[in-house]
Amino acid sequence: MKIKVERRGEISPKKRFAYLIFSLIIGFLIGGLIFLFKGINPFYALQKIFVGSFGSIYGWKETITKAIPLMLCGIGLSLAFKGKFWNIGADGQLLFGAVLATWIALSLGKTYPAFVVLPLMFVGGFISGAFWGIIPAIMKIKLGINEVITTLMLNYIAEQFVQYLVYGPWKGKTQYGFPYTDNFSSSATLPVIKGTRIHYPTLIIGIILAVLIYIFIMKTKIGYEIRVIGENPEAAKYAGINFLKTTIIMMAISGGIAGIAGVGEVAGIHHHLTVPQQISSGYGYTAIIVAWLARLNPLVVILSSIFFGGILVGGDTIQTSMGLPFATINIFNGLILISVISINFFLEYKISIKR
Amino acid sequence: MGGHEFLIISVLKRALVAGTPLLLGTLGEIYAERSGVMNLGVEGMMAIGAVSGFGVALATGNPWLGLIAAAAFGAILSLVHAFVSITLKSNQIVSGLAITMLGLGISGLWGKAYIGIPLTTKFETVKIPILSKIPYIGEILFNQDPLFYISVITAIVMWFILFKTEVGINIRSVGENPLAADAMGVNVYRTRYICVIIGGALAGIAGAHLSLAYIPSWIEGMTGGRGWIVIALTIFALWNPLRAMLGAYLFGGIYVLQYLLQPLGIPPNILLMFPYLATLLVLLVSAQETFKKRIGAPKSLGEPYEKEKK
Amino acid sequence: MKRRKDLTLHSQGGKKIELLEMKGIYKKFPGVIANDNVNLEVKGGEIHALLGENGAGKTTLMNILYGIYQPDGGEIYINGKKVNIRSPRDAIELGIGMVHQHFMLIPTHTVAENICLGFKEAPFFYPTRVIEERIHDFTDRYGLKINPKAKIWQLSAGEQQRVEIIKTLLRGASLLILDEPTSVLTPQETKELFTILKKLVEEGHSVIFITHKLEEVMEISDRVTVLRKGKVVATVRTKDTNKKELARMMVGREVIFKLEREKIERGEEVLKVKDLFVENDRGLMAIKGVSFSVHKNEIFGIAGVAGNGQRELVEAITGLRKVKRGKVEILNVDVTNSSPKRIGDIGVAHIPEERIRFGIVPNLSVYENAVLRDYYHEPFSKGLFLNHHYIKEHSKKLVKEFSIDTPSIDTPVKLLSGGNIQKLILAREISTKSNLIIAAHPTYGLDVAATEYIRKLLLKKREEGAAILLVSEDLEEIFELSDRIAVIFEGKFMGIVPREKANLQDIGLMMAGSKRLEERNED
Repeated sequence: MKIKVERRGEISPKKRFAYLIFSLIIGFLIGGLIFLFKGINPFYALQKIFVGSFGSIYGWKETITKAIPLMLCGIGLSLAFKGKFWNIGADGQLLFGAVLATWIALSLGKTYPAFVVLPLMFVGGFISGAFWGIIPAIMKIKLGINEVITTLMLNYIAEQFVQYLVYGPWKGKTQYGFPYTDNFSSSATLPVIKGTRIHYPTLIIGIILAVLIYIFIMKTKIGYEIRVIGENPEAAKYAGINFLKTTIIMMAISGGIAGIAGVGEVAGIHHHLTVPQQISSGYGYTAIIVAWLARLNPLVVILSSIFFGGILVGGDTIQTSMGLPFATINIFNGLILISVISINFFLEYKISIKR
Repeated sequence: MGGHEFLIISVLKRALVAGTPLLLGTLGEIYAERSGVMNLGVEGMMAIGAVSGFGVALATGNPWLGLIAAAAFGAILSLVHAFVSITLKSNQIVSGLAITMLGLGISGLWGKAYIGIPLTTKFETVKIPILSKIPYIGEILFNQDPLFYISVITAIVMWFILFKTEVGINIRSVGENPLAADAMGVNVYRTRYICVIIGGALAGIAGAHLSLAYIPSWIEGMTGGRGWIVIALTIFALWNPLRAMLGAYLFGGIYVLQYLLQPLGIPPNILLMFPYLATLLVLLVSAQETFKKRIGAPKSLGEPYEKEKK
Repeated sequence: MKRRKDLTLHSQGGKKIELLEMKGIYKKFPGVIANDNVNLEVKGGEIHALLGENGAGKTTLMNILYGIYQPDGGEIYINGKKVNIRSPRDAIELGIGMVHQHFMLIPTHTVAENICLGFKEAPFFYPTRVIEERIHDFTDRYGLKINPKAKIWQLSAGEQQRVEIIKTLLRGASLLILDEPTSVLTPQETKELFTILKKLVEEGHSVIFITHKLEEVMEISDRVTVLRKGKVVATVRTKDTNKKELARMMVGREVIFKLEREKIERGEEVLKVKDLFVENDRGLMAIKGVSFSVHKNEIFGIAGVAGNGQRELVEAITGLRKVKRGKVEILNVDVTNSSPKRIGDIGVAHIPEERIRFGIVPNLSVYENAVLRDYYHEPFSKGLFLNHHYIKEHSKKLVKEFSIDTPSIDTPVKLLSGGNIQKLILAREISTKSNLIIAAHPTYGLDVAATEYIRKLLLKKREEGAAILLVSEDLEEIFELSDRIAVIFEGKFMGIVPREKANLQDIGLMMAGSKRLEERNED
């Protein structure tokens, strides 16, 4: 018996979508086994997660709330990954955005009105996140240093920086010794949809950015250059594309958008800066799957971010109602990602068995 | 011995201990990358090694059984990565990240039960007779936990196999030019599978060292990014197991430095940044060196091997 | 001592192949049938040529014999017994050895380490030491001189080929397959190779010699099997046939082609290179003081075995590599160390050596590739945005004008055949840049139809006033197209001769570095 493996030719989008859904189902089923280990009926658990996230109005509110930072980071990552720049540092870029936004809020919040402070916070967050994103870009292009490690290290450094700030110089005088900064005044606080935690300005910015970045990638000169660099760097060199300029612009935007996510979190959800785990909650890592699932299309990121928003809410659900630690969600994330890339194999190759 | 001497000896000793998990992880990653496979799942494999090692040691009262369990679990996790990257020819970076998420998630779940539980059956230091009586060096080198000795011997053995044996030629050739190796009858897939699994087992053992000797206990997130530092150290080591020792112990020293500088009043969080800043520095240095020495990564690193590519 | 000699002879005796038969071999790849019911028979002690143009299926057939590919149908028999070759390991075990066209060597390893690769008889500990001794045996016996401790990247192509041959012989190969072995050799090295092959055959080995060069078939082979489009046309004894007949069998029509190269008065200088020094990737000087010029209405051909600096020279002129010393001027503008974009803007077309690696972006569509070098110019783009409408119209025009075979302009370019990819690259380059055309190995690996098309196109551009710099290993191509021929050896020009005065022997000697013409200002 011989197993033959050969490449397929062109693949239809319908087929791709079908395989995608299939891989998600597989991922969930395997993840369900975890519940089995803990003596919980997996179908009951999965049902609770889905109903918890998508079955009620409250669930949807929370899902959309969590989808906002995922959407923003996901859009930024889809841009970077298109250029095959493995930006694992969205968490850190998010934190840096949050930091500068906090500074603006605390310094200007009491003296200036919202229509001055809030836009300034967004711009500042973008610039700050962009800064943190440009560093690994320069290191990669100028020195050939692997960006996976640099972006990761910058995550850890950003985390410690935020810890330092909230336990140290920025510790709130009104927070009874907790590691929070002082609360933001109302002019530094984002409005939310009544009865929810959805800070809609950030959501709107997210959707607008999804469209803008899509156009950027597909229709502009720089977008074309990014795609060429990503698909064949040798051809990019031959075409005379300026790697340094293009990569810096790409990572500035990618990091900047993650920075905006950070602004949303501090100005829309927490209304202060606090420990990094609370602010970034691993959004930067989950966003990797969000982007990958969307096949790096910013418009589709809108959908996949809502889906994963639901999964994260599910993480809360299993924590509260089943006593499982939040880290369990990482298992699902990992399994889904493995599922997606594994099933992709069957899209690209045809298996035939001969006797 | 005077106070200063005592301090220096203690620092060096601690540096070697701190560097041991890094060395073990790096050795494994060197073999995986030498065969052409990038394994970004080391952080997850370390985590799962730490939790399984702790759990089994706790349950059986025997740290060695914990060690075996850690190696086994690390190997199983790496088997998933191997299957996805080698047989399914998927993107190795994404696969590695997924494995890390999986490993961190599983260890978080599994380890919940162990938080705050002390381990009485950890690895105790073993004094090597005669050699440990040598002034200064004896205390530093020959009065350590067993995993230290195992890691050093492993490093030397792995170096020898890689550069002085037929197996080593085959491994290195698979990483440099898998097509050539295939044409000469070397089974590229099998070689890569074995190297990745070795990597996983060693990463698991590295994690076990953290929970069974270094800390020793289970804390969520105890791997603290060491898996990523291992990836950087692999580059710094120029994919050479002997040089890996240099990098690992240097880094061990950085961890010790954190404690030393505490009383100086530097904010603790800044000190905690040290290993990560040092990693960036190490990468900068390596970039210069690979350029000068013209030694680079194995040429096929990260590229899946397709047998019948037309 | 005795043991060593024993091993070499013993393996030979055990695996002697008297008769090899491949029956009804069928192999399909997506979109193309590479081998269609192919029958091949090779006897012990013969040199059997496998002739066909590029894409005829010769290499595929041999890769099947060597176990790299698995056939979809058909059987292989050795000495009358059916065999199952599932991998190169099986092939080696059966006494089959292969020297590939692109050497299967690891540049950073030594000769000994490369020979030890996958060698079952090598000892586990310190394998290279034992092998180093055995290599000396071979030097004495077959005249294959090589230094076992040298690193592969330090060796010439001819020396590397010797390493490949030793590899097969050490593993007891009785049948040797050589895939286009002379493509990297100078004429003298080719003669040496033929001598070695004759010697091997005297000792009872057999050789399958893949080639597309009729000259060589007539010179060295006993029998020849001609393949065309995956099918066997005929198997004949070499002395019963001639070049004309073989050509007809190979291509299916009367004669290959005769290109009309008119005598034209050349125009003003377009490219001027002065005292150029260029480093290679290892920091060694690849180009050591080269000066020449190329004029309008002229094709300047650079002949030479690969690895003598051609790549670095072309990269320096097109802005892809820094120049250490010297000057490059195009149309009187100093473009030394300018960017590829700036040089392209002056009207310099670059048809790169490795077309898939450098010339296209495989996953992008045909129309996206069509503007790889012009996307930033109006009207292909305006301001920040690309003008998709214009780009698509332009692409459709190119596809039509250059007869590029593609389902649509949206097709990912990786699905096109090699010939069509090259046509797309040419179309893209030449349509917007025609002052200086730099073509590096433009017909390498292409079938006869595409080759003819491209050569005719270059000649046409020459008539229209372009200055063309042609780099090729194919001497036939150089002779066919060039007005002046330069021979490059170890980074220097051994001589520049006008086509009328050039003869093959001199050129061959210069390619091997054995002859040098005086620096007469051949401007």
